Amino acid sequence: MTVLSIILFIFLIIGIFFNGLGSIGLMRFPDVYTRLHAATKCTTFGSIFTSLAVIIFGFYFWKVSGDSKYGVLALHTIVALGCLIITNPTGAHAIARAAHRSGVMPKQAVIDELKEADLK
Amino acid sequence: MTQLFNIFLITSVLLLLFMLISLFRLVLGPTVPDRVVALDTINTLIIAGMILFGAAMEEVIYIDVAIVYALLSYIATLYIAKHMERRSKDK
Amino acid sequence: MIGFIASFVLSFFAYLFLTANQGDILGLWSQYEMIFAVIISLIVAMISTKVLFQKKRYRLLNPLRWVIFLFYLIGPFFIAMAKANIDVAYRVITGKINPGIVKISPNLKSDAAITLLANSITLTPGTLSVDIDESNNDLYIHWINVTNLKPAIEDICGSFPTWARRIAE
Repeated sequence: MTVLSIILFIFLIIGIFFNGLGSIGLMRFPDVYTRLHAATKCTTFGSIFTSLAVIIFGFYFWKVSGDSKYGVLALHTIVALGCLIITNPTGAHAIARAAHRSGVMPKQAVIDELKEADLK
Repeated sequence: MTQLFNIFLITSVLLLLFMLISLFRLVLGPTVPDRVVALDTINTLIIAGMILFGAAMEEVIYIDVAIVYALLSYIATLYIAKHMERRSKDK
Repeated sequence: MIGFIASFVLSFFAYLFLTANQGDILGLWSQYEMIFAVIISLIVAMISTKVLFQKKRYRLLNPLRWVIFLFYLIGPFFIAMAKANIDVAYRVITGKINPGIVKISPNLKSDAAITLLANSITLTPGTLSVDIDESNNDLYIHWINVTNLKPAIEDICGSFPTWARRIAE
């Protein structure tokens, strides 16, 4: 076990834990909005960590072996990660807004100012 | 070397398991937005899994596919949301 | 013209970033690749200038704002995100929720700033932006643990509006 594989191992464990938490939260929570909380936050955070593991792996082997294939792997993973971070919360807004406008109200809510506001 | 690749492969198989859990919500979900949330979660997990699979197989092409998949699934989610809004307005 | 040059440079670097491979220049690109990159990014810049700079606002091109944005992404944002995930973990395991939808008025003007703030709110502890009042940019936020019914902005998103104003307005 080198230092590299220990770091990769820790990152992947964190990533797996939060990704799993996201899908378990999806099953456990009672309504759409709380499920969105679990799904968006946890899967984004978990995917950041699994991708960081791939980026570190790529840059390390690029430096060690000098093969630019690993460097390309890391650079493209950065692009994919950027797309994921930008698109994930935006998609969550779209779903939440559409859910509220199509009449799905939050369960056990103590306050709902959006219902009173009546936006066009 | 091969041990490291196996780490990535095991992780992506575990992600596949979480996709199965989310698939239950897709089938059970009482309302339409519930199903869309489950679909969105599955898409994110697929992208993460594709990146890990690309690292395990040392092939860059999987990661390119993951980039395109991320953008396309985002557009699909937006379109479904738009459709739900429009349908509720027509009623 | 500034918009055309900016979109040309952006698409040029995007092309180079995605096609890095073996070659003469820095060991990553070949000469033909460079020529092709210039042609492709000229075409892309012609098409996308009108879309990217519709309102003729060039404030976001300032490199200092990008540096602040990177600092924000690595520092306060990442810490808030880690807290958010531990919070969600606690709620998934115990099942204690007390949800509600509340309204905040961050008083931001530009579209980029409000988008940045809404995305930050979604990824940080216990909050999820649901809708926006487009006439005065009020955000409606689903809060998973409502502690008071008329919250101040600091209760929900901490110092994020200040950061959003600094980066994008």
